[in-house]
Amino acid sequence: MQTTTLMGGFVNAPLDSARAFRQIMTAVAQPGIINDAVGATPPAPLSVAAGVVLLTLCDPDTPVFLTAEFDTDDVRAWITFHTGAPLVDAAKASFAVGSWGDLPITDFAIGTSEYPDRSATLIVEVASLNPEGAELRGPGIKGKATLSLPETAAFQQNTALFPLGLDFVFTCQNRLAALPRTTKVNAIKVS
Amino acid sequence: MYVAVKGGEKAIDNAHAWLAEERRGDTSIAELSVSQIREQLALAVNRVMAEGSLYDPDLAALAIKQSRGDLIEAIFLIRAYRTTLPRFGGSNPVDTEQMICDRRVSATFKDAPGGQVLGPTFDYTHRLLDFKLAADGEVPQAPSAEIAQADTPHIMSFLDRENLIQTEPEGPETPPDLTRSPLELPATRSLRLQALTRGDEGFILGMAYSTQRGYARNHAFVAELRIGAVSVEMDIPELGFAIDIGEITLTECETVNQFKGSKTEPPQFTRGYGLVFGMTERKAISMALVDRALRWKELGEDNVGAPAQDEEFVLYHADNIQATGFLEHIKLPHYVDFQSELELIRKLRRAAMGEQEAVE
Amino acid sequence: MTDYNFAYLDEQTKRMIRRAILKGLAIPGYQVPFASREMPMPYGWGTGGVQVSAAVLTPDDTFKVIDQGADDTTNAVSIRRFFEKTAGVAVTEATVDASVIQTRHRIPEQDLRSDQILVYQVPIPEPLRFLEPSEVETRKMHSLEEYGLMHVKLYEDISQHGAIATAYAYPVKVEGRYVMDPSPIPKFDNPKLNMAGIQLFGAGREQRIYAVPPYTDVVSLDFDDYPFEASKADHACDLCGAEDSYLDELIVDDAGGRMFMCSDTDYCAGRRKAGCIGAQGVPYQEDVA
Repeated sequence: MQTTTLMGGFVNAPLDSARAFRQIMTAVAQPGIINDAVGATPPAPLSVAAGVVLLTLCDPDTPVFLTAEFDTDDVRAWITFHTGAPLVDAAKASFAVGSWGDLPITDFAIGTSEYPDRSATLIVEVASLNPEGAELRGPGIKGKATLSLPETAAFQQNTALFPLGLDFVFTCQNRLAALPRTTKVNAIKVS
Repeated sequence: MYVAVKGGEKAIDNAHAWLAEERRGDTSIAELSVSQIREQLALAVNRVMAEGSLYDPDLAALAIKQSRGDLIEAIFLIRAYRTTLPRFGGSNPVDTEQMICDRRVSATFKDAPGGQVLGPTFDYTHRLLDFKLAADGEVPQAPSAEIAQADTPHIMSFLDRENLIQTEPEGPETPPDLTRSPLELPATRSLRLQALTRGDEGFILGMAYSTQRGYARNHAFVAELRIGAVSVEMDIPELGFAIDIGEITLTECETVNQFKGSKTEPPQFTRGYGLVFGMTERKAISMALVDRALRWKELGEDNVGAPAQDEEFVLYHADNIQATGFLEHIKLPHYVDFQSELELIRKLRRAAMGEQEAVE
Repeated sequence: MTDYNFAYLDEQTKRMIRRAILKGLAIPGYQVPFASREMPMPYGWGTGGVQVSAAVLTPDDTFKVIDQGADDTTNAVSIRRFFEKTAGVAVTEATVDASVIQTRHRIPEQDLRSDQILVYQVPIPEPLRFLEPSEVETRKMHSLEEYGLMHVKLYEDISQHGAIATAYAYPVKVEGRYVMDPSPIPKFDNPKLNMAGIQLFGAGREQRIYAVPPYTDVVSLDFDDYPFEASKADHACDLCGAEDSYLDELIVDDAGGRMFMCSDTDYCAGRRKAGCIGAQGVPYQEDVA
């Protein structure tokens, strides 16, 4: 086992994961806000924030899907060692990591009408994450918010599935934002 | 003038101190040791282990001591402790055919290989208070015999050979775990059996009794009741084989129940099954009857609307820790919700009386 | 064994609860099943709320616990002590100073901010339970958005009593989709469910977690001709004189004499500190009240 595999986890798991969860939870509760996510140093190409989300939420009960870009020996070994999460196909995944264009979003579980919670959460690695771009409305948002999203149509389609649907966490270096299925997304027209 | 009452913290501390004193009782009387409870109140210990879902006689005895003999409280202590234990893995299924039986009786055959072994049972004691025990509980040694070395075959296996008893489909390799995932309905049989084996003895007994009295009667014969020690083995992947990690005492009850059949299928008996930690035969027999009653759907029987057939009813109400918690919580403050009802009922009465006056 | 993990629960359990909380926030008002653990306090004493708080608390939090609106009720004291001991968090009785508030049966009078989290203890999470005892059936009703039974019940109240006879645990509809039980808060508190804070609901025995994110549309069920009305006893607080707070009723003498005081003890103390005095109040002094 390589040393990189053994390293990069939380130094103090109970406290680091508690703090990280607060950042993730407030991001999900208030779509559009951008929070810090620190404490993990996962192997490239995983961002710090994506590593933090994986360490905080994943374990042997949560199958994880990786897109080809992230499906490296180092990443697999790191996730397996630190979380014990099985690595699986998209259809079986509770969590997934990938860049926007590579995630097969129609393949993931969106929940069932009796159990809409049985749906995947996608960790979307983005090159930039800023409070500008698409306009967001819905639960958690006072009036409206803005967030740089990779596109809008797919999120509009996802919202239309409510109460089914996917939930998204966007990660960029050591920051994250979230877009639950309830958020209504509109592209802002550049005039 | 009114000064608000305060002092919750002090009241709690004082209550706990008093409770501890009451638990100890009269200090001129010798204190009970945990090992005395373990050895001399073994059936209470067994019940606490069974419903606490933790096989540890010493801890169960400690819990009984701490709870002043309130067994549901003791079960609760064990459950709360159990939840904090790390889980290293699952054992292999125990093989009850290899049980070293202290007791083994069949109600269906006068004799069978392995014999009828009465064991340490209350069955034929005359329930006369033994006043000698009040002064002196020492007893002469009971007669003993060699432990039979061969396995004791299950009575069911003889019926099975003739195809008289229904064969059970293989269960899932890893059964679901009621303590690690929320109860979901419809439940598989293995999940139901888990709920029953840790369910309240009184509740399971009442449910089983109701089937005997006609609420989904299933004509149970105790094909076999056996109590004894079995070894627990666990696969160790690093070693590549299973090792013996300990020995536990179990009570197993298999019932043979009314047969079914159809024009295409010849009649066959059906089964009910009970398996419980420790020497707990009332519970194991009850469990087998309730298990059988809950199987109406898979056996193609009618739901006659009996309580013991209602899996949701049985599974949601069998757990005494859940039941006692919710039941007893109604003694906690409910000032706020009661006040809202008070205010509403006063308002409704005012309106109703106003209307009456208007009519008069 | 005395050495328990931070906030008592093991990490795997916390992760499981945390995942349920996130799905709850993503599907406001929907009850997420979770594998509730056996806690060292009885079911009915707030095990759901305690598990949610354990999964949410960080060492940097300031924690407040109220039962019936009061910080000094015995069970509030007991739960506050539990987290002081197992999580080492700072505790407070002041609503404004708290980052996480666990509550039973009340929403604080003071408006919550978006950086505050309110954790409710829930006995029966299913708003349809007393109309339909079967979980299999109620789950189906939620999936089909079939809430006719609830409207029929409320309407029967009106035809019998001339008013909706539900005074607490008054059902609400969240974001126009799920009918939700707001826990047994008095209906006086229902309008406050539309708030800036994050609301998390934990039902331990029933193994359910649900949530309402900030600024989420929460509507109390009613009819056009019988609109929802948040009501309280028609009195002012006898200690602080507040006319806008929910009141406890006390029997103060053998003749059945009554007095009323704020159920939210922090709100009442705050007003009295600021010099407000009710009909039977005394000027505020530290240590006495």
